[in-house]
Amino acid sequence: MSRTRTPVVARWFAGEGDEFKLLGTRCTACTSVFFPREDAHCRNPGCPGGELLEVPLSRRGRVWSYTDTRYRPPSPYVTDPELPWEPYALIAVELEPERMVVLGQAAPGITVADLAVGMEVEVVSGVLPASAETTWNWRPTGVRA
Amino acid sequence: MRQDVAVLGAGMHPWGKWGRGFVEYGVAAAHAALADAGLDWRDIGSIVGADTVRGGYPGYVAGATFARALGWQGARVASVYAACASGAQAVNTARAQILSGLSDVVLVVGADAAPKGFFRPAGGDRPEDPDWLRFRVLGATNPTYFGLYARRRMAVHGDTPEDFAQVKVKNSAVGALNPNARYRSRVTADEVAASAVVADPLRLLDICATSDGGAALVLSSMEFARRHGAPRPVRIRAVSTVTPRYPSTVLDLPDIATDSAVAVEPAAETFRTSIASAAYEEAGLGPGDLSLAEVYDLSTALELQWYEDLGLCGQGEGAKLLREGETALGGRIPVNVSGGLASFGEAVPAQAIAQVCELTWQLRGDAGERQVAGAQVGITANQGLFGHGSAVIAVR
Repeated sequence: MSRTRTPVVARWFAGEGDEFKLLGTRCTACTSVFFPREDAHCRNPGCPGGELLEVPLSRRGRVWSYTDTRYRPPSPYVTDPELPWEPYALIAVELEPERMVVLGQAAPGITVADLAVGMEVEVVSGVLPASAETTWNWRPTGVRA
Repeated sequence: MRQDVAVLGAGMHPWGKWGRGFVEYGVAAAHAALADAGLDWRDIGSIVGADTVRGGYPGYVAGATFARALGWQGARVASVYAACASGAQAVNTARAQILSGLSDVVLVVGADAAPKGFFRPAGGDRPEDPDWLRFRVLGATNPTYFGLYARRRMAVHGDTPEDFAQVKVKNSAVGALNPNARYRSRVTADEVAASAVVADPLRLLDICATSDGGAALVLSSMEFARRHGAPRPVRIRAVSTVTPRYPSTVLDLPDIATDSAVAVEPAAETFRTSIASAAYEEAGLGPGDLSLAEVYDLSTALELQWYEDLGLCGQGEGAKLLREGETALGGRIPVNVSGGLASFGEAVPAQAIAQVCELTWQLRGDAGERQVAGAQVGITANQGLFGHGSAVIAVR
């Protein structure tokens, strides 16, 4: 396996192991948080417009909802048509301090049978299947890879 | 503002997988609507096309594409793109021209030849496009969002997959009566349960298909309608085309995250609720005045959400309203008596126009076996990608 991996999107996440985190931006004028990051303008219509500073998002949150992908998604999702399709779960996670919900793929091996709305999950680094780019995954807390 | 425009004509090309170009479907629907209105295409002062999204220009310039196919006659022209709300925004564009006095009579056309399988973003590497990103980064198709909403309803309101299946059972029963529908057979709960899971907890028969199809309307000023010998036409009383309010706190297509609510307290009403309430306010009517509703049942679970967002029942009571039979033909407030997207499938630029066609036929009393007795007021509701919301209220 290749030792050099690139992130699927630049500057959306950083760090490794327990230091891995999603990166958003926060408006210095109104405190709104944005993920994916806003670097140009604050989107709060009542905000006079502040500086947008990079901030890490909470590493833990609670499951807002979840589903999975029993059929191969179309391009631009990268898949290997030679291999049988392996469904993965998707989890929408409510981050309490940021008061927002962030979607992500579940960590490998986590299926919808392992999940429940309200369950605590944490963000961990992952690899996009078939593309070998790095990404973020949500994983129930207490589960070790 | 409380000014009506008249619906003089409504027409469709039947939905299905016909393997032909969208122009052919749109022209067929336009001819049907013109015949229904008793007008010649050369009588039309303006044409508004709802755009398809296909590579190459013709889909993006729908108004002129349909005008050319019908025969250039010098009409004013506009083309409108608003994803699933394209048809409603095309209706609104026509209405604005009529109410401002720019045009007396306008032809609105939407048609599509949808690709097989999942909808996907246009080609190329476009990392600035949220629709491209959700596919590229997460592989999140439209059904995955429908699955998220469905699972959330199960957790919060106690809905069950059996409830969702009953939406399909209800809509397929009326779709079987609609000659324009793609699917013309009744579906049982067992058949839904036996279909493959697409996005847990939703199965293939919980999710609408992609289809070909076309729909068209002839709209006019009330004065034109009177001169034309239609003194009491079905009238469009409201068209809402609203955007969400910041912070939008329900995860929605095609976003990867919601807005943060740390700086601004969210409004009491969600985006979907605001789509309907804007239409009610403009029409001076409320949910208690409705005889029927046509809503976007992209999934069975989503139809239940619309019951609540239209104010047909309280939040969380959608499944109860369904179980009591109130939204079936013969119930207190029938929903999707056309058969809905469950029976039609998606032909994106056509479907919001098709909803208004159904209201027109229902309000005229011309809907045959699927007629809602004594229909007086109808609403349509739909939502398009990127924060387009629309609802149309028509009265007789």
